[in-house]
Amino acid sequence: MRRVRAPRRPPRPVLGSPFQISLLACSFALAGYAGVRLLAGDWLGVTLWFVGAALLHDLVLVPLYATADRAVVRALGAAGQRAAVLYVRVPAAFCGLLLLVWFPLIGGRVDRRYESVTGLPATGFAARWLLITAALFGGSALLLVLRGVRERRRRDVR
Amino acid sequence: MRELTSRLPTSPGFWRSPLRGPWLTSVLGLVLLFGVGVLFVTGLLSYAAYNPGLSPVNDKTPDKGLLGFYLFAWPTDPYWLYRLTQGVHVTLGLTLVPVLLGKLWSVVPRLFTLPPVRSVAHGLERISLLLLVGGALFEFATGVLNIQLDYVFPGSFYPLHFYGAWVFFAAFVAHAVLKVPKALRTVRTMRASRDDDLVSPRPDPPTVSRRGALWLVGGGALLMCATNAGRSFDGPLRQTAVLSPHGGPEPGTGPNGFQINKTAAYLGIDPAETTQDAWRLTVTGPGGTVRLDRAELLRMKQYSVALPIACVEGWSTSDQWWRGVRLGDLAALAGFDGHPPDVLVESLQRRGAFRRGALRANQVADPRSLLALHVNGEPLSADHGYPARIIVPGAPGVLNTKWVTRMTFGDLS
Repeated sequence: MRRVRAPRRPPRPVLGSPFQISLLACSFALAGYAGVRLLAGDWLGVTLWFVGAALLHDLVLVPLYATADRAVVRALGAAGQRAAVLYVRVPAAFCGLLLLVWFPLIGGRVDRRYESVTGLPATGFAARWLLITAALFGGSALLLVLRGVRERRRRDVR
Repeated sequence: MRELTSRLPTSPGFWRSPLRGPWLTSVLGLVLLFGVGVLFVTGLLSYAAYNPGLSPVNDKTPDKGLLGFYLFAWPTDPYWLYRLTQGVHVTLGLTLVPVLLGKLWSVVPRLFTLPPVRSVAHGLERISLLLLVGGALFEFATGVLNIQLDYVFPGSFYPLHFYGAWVFFAAFVAHAVLKVPKALRTVRTMRASRDDDLVSPRPDPPTVSRRGALWLVGGGALLMCATNAGRSFDGPLRQTAVLSPHGGPEPGTGPNGFQINKTAAYLGIDPAETTQDAWRLTVTGPGGTVRLDRAELLRMKQYSVALPIACVEGWSTSDQWWRGVRLGDLAALAGFDGHPPDVLVESLQRRGAFRRGALRANQVADPRSLLALHVNGEPLSADHGYPARIIVPGAPGVLNTKWVTRMTFGDLS
């Protein structure tokens, strides 16, 4: 009996590669040397930003866009248009990327500071982003129409 | 039961994308290996460009310790050096945003692998990955927010971005040593192994090929690059930077119309202090103290030079024509004939981290280094530093002090 059960027991945690352990110890020591300086000011705030950035990305941003993407794939699949997914995904990804990077300017969070610091107008970022978004989706729609026309022609020729 | 566990992200079956696998992760990883390497080096160069070892007024991370081991006297040749290194740093950083997001997406199932720790080495690696991912996102976030003047991060940008870079880089090097050999093997053989833990055991039918996914990431990178590179040039090229700070049209027209880092009004420059009657430049050194008004400066020998303004925020102007007095001639007034020393330059400005800045002897001695009184054939405008400003080849913008009121040669304390 015992002989049969023994292999089923989960293997005990082992040390692993000694090279990997010494490499990572070296890395931690350097990170620690810089880390105490990084945390010298608002240590709680910096820690929250460091860990929060990873959690926010992995547990909020990725699920958010993955769910949206899956919904689009499913909806288009149900309509028999699965091949058209890219025509939605590409413009959405590009305008989403621009929004993710430039949301302080697009959202107007820094309008007053930006104008008084740089002497440049802060208005127009949102409008330009909307125009880019319109151009991306509009271009995508145009390509879809052209594709449809081409396919219809090919069918007619046959 | 099986149905339930496959709904949890800890189950390999939860991850359905047919794109995930060692090939995509390896390609994106190798792009980041090169890109982050360039970002790190240009970032370190930017710190060196401030000449932090010269004077505490130039150093925003004075407790750097050994992390400043590489510092050197910043040269004045080539005169576009900082424009290039910092333009590359910021534009490449923005370009790599979609690559970083794609790479993180490609490995996200590993966040949830069970058992969470297989061995001591594996446990340490997972802690290291928190520093790697947290560090990368921290560096990109602080950089992207800082160039938009959105100072929401917990502290001053300089120490956060510099020390954060070292924490990130420590984890990055370890990760690269552990993963690059496998990534190179995967890319070289061009074959995706089927039994990798990143490959979904029950993938959905594909909507795009792996190559297509790479095109999507590359397209995003191209979009970021194309809408930001223009910030390093004047005129029509700047107009292509449609969503970036300091992109689009110039702030004004005519000779003084080029980009302004910080306006006179923002830094509290009172126009009454800069009039012909009120303003004096104090030049001090072992030879005594000289006080000059603008007319007296204009009677000194004037020199012309074409130099750009290059900002730490990654934007720069094309070359502008500056005209004014050589710093070397001012050093001679202070008693240093022939061998100009370091100089401490003070501005009229009320606030700002670089109200005072120090220049090294090699910068003072360069014949192109001027206390400029004119730009592009006109007197300086208030926003460009009237009555007089520093312009030094190759130096970061903030060391080209505007509204100069005092220059102390040979004594930086």
